[in-house]
Amino acid sequence: MDLPPSTAGAIVRFDDVSLRFGDTPGLDGVSFEMQAGETRVLFGAAGSGKTTLLKVALGLLEPDSGHVYLFGQDISHLKEQALFDLRARVGILFQEGGLFDSLNIEENVAYPLLNQRVLQAAGSGNGDAAKAPAKTVEERVQEALNFVELGQTLEKFPSELSGGMRRRVGIARAVVTTPALLLYDSPTAGLDPITANTIIALLLKEREMRNTATIMVTHRYLDGHLMANFRYNSSSGKMERAPNVAEESATVKFFVMNEGRLVFDGSEAELQDAQDPYVRKFLRHGSS
Amino acid sequence: MLDFLKAPVEEFQDFILLGFRATINIFRSPHYADDIFQQMDIIGVGSLPIVIMIGFVSGVIMAMQMGRALSQYGAQGEVAEFVSISLVRELGPLLTALLVAGRNSSGIASEIGSMKVTEQLDAMRALGTDPIQKLVTPRLIAAALMLPLLTIISDFIGLIGGWVVAHILLHIPGSYWTPAWQALVPNDLAQGLLKPLVFAIVIAMVGCFYGIRTTGGTQGVGKATTTAVVVADIWIFVLTAMIDRIFLYL
Repeated sequence: MDLPPSTAGAIVRFDDVSLRFGDTPGLDGVSFEMQAGETRVLFGAAGSGKTTLLKVALGLLEPDSGHVYLFGQDISHLKEQALFDLRARVGILFQEGGLFDSLNIEENVAYPLLNQRVLQAAGSGNGDAAKAPAKTVEERVQEALNFVELGQTLEKFPSELSGGMRRRVGIARAVVTTPALLLYDSPTAGLDPITANTIIALLLKEREMRNTATIMVTHRYLDGHLMANFRYNSSSGKMERAPNVAEESATVKFFVMNEGRLVFDGSEAELQDAQDPYVRKFLRHGSS
Repeated sequence: MLDFLKAPVEEFQDFILLGFRATINIFRSPHYADDIFQQMDIIGVGSLPIVIMIGFVSGVIMAMQMGRALSQYGAQGEVAEFVSISLVRELGPLLTALLVAGRNSSGIASEIGSMKVTEQLDAMRALGTDPIQKLVTPRLIAAALMLPLLTIISDFIGLIGGWVVAHILLHIPGSYWTPAWQALVPNDLAQGLLKPLVFAIVIAMVGCFYGIRTTGGTQGVGKATTTAVVVADIWIFVLTAMIDRIFLYL
């Protein structure tokens, strides 16, 4: 089933989506929609359903009820094979990085590019398609690693890198195919504040360069605040407060999740004015 | 009332489904030839030293025990036939499968289990790769190709072990290899080759199944590994009995 015409431009749309893991609610009646170029910052306590939402958006988990639309196509009950083409247009950074520890950094970042060719070759029945331009792959891998300032780590393995570096390689792998949608699952979790800000600077840099639609899961209020109010200055190579904060904030919306439900959906200003004790508690934690 | 059966039945159903999908993938693109060769190296070449050692020792033990037992009836010259039939029909496939299960079911379960708990399987799916196609099917193909070969090698090395005992320790006169070969009928050879093929499927699928179902971090990986070996070993014994029963009617 395709997306209704009124929302045909939506990159992602959740329509009353619910999913349970036994007695535990994963998602409970979640509905939202996001357009190209928008950023969603998703807050919530551990186990509130943030990661589940990302996995459902990508078709890694199938909802019990409701509909999920990705690029206008209903993926709620699509078969795995049919999802591969859609997933090729999405980049994802997993909480643990999700890097393949048997592959070196170059192979990890090249994986989505090479895999897309393998799938194309399989689909067309043309084996040569999988052998085509290796140089382009190398160039794009180098470019993606340079983007996250890890251009010298090609031969290293994930186990040889620090947590922050692994996260940056994960970002490089997510952006190497220049996807139309980026999903970041707790990109700053477990990192020291300096490294965490470096990661956010990279996300801002990506937004500055490509303006990709993004959903970022985080438990740090500061991450969302930076996404809504800062931009990346390519000449200085640093984050700086956006000259027109109102314009920047307009494309950044905040979600708060609690026990699988979206309990808040709005701008940063609305978030700060929220009266819900759970939301406020969360806000205070982030602010403190 | 029968709720307690729900979980094991569901588990068995999932296992069959995984086996079905892995088998279907053999005939579907993309094919990961590099992964198949890598797994053949790990399962086949990697298991070779221990299979040779245990194969030789089992032949030696068989010949010594049979030599002693048969000497009471003055039939010590029949050692070659007994060693040959026992090894090819039963002990070769069984011991080789148990060794490979201990080594590879556990290895497969821990490798895939670790990938599961570190989100590598999710990453694989997110990047457009079917983990069953990439991880399960190559292991299934590699095990199905290598275990029969390992069993043939184990049988042959076991026969050499029997020959060493027959000639050097028991000083049995006459030929050893001719009666050993002539004692085998097509039924024995069919059993000796069918069993490792069936065991290979069990070893690979059980390892993959428990690896994919791993939950609960590193502790979960340990649990999956242990369960995989225990379940694979049990299935090997049960299937041995079933195949023996079927061949007895042929």
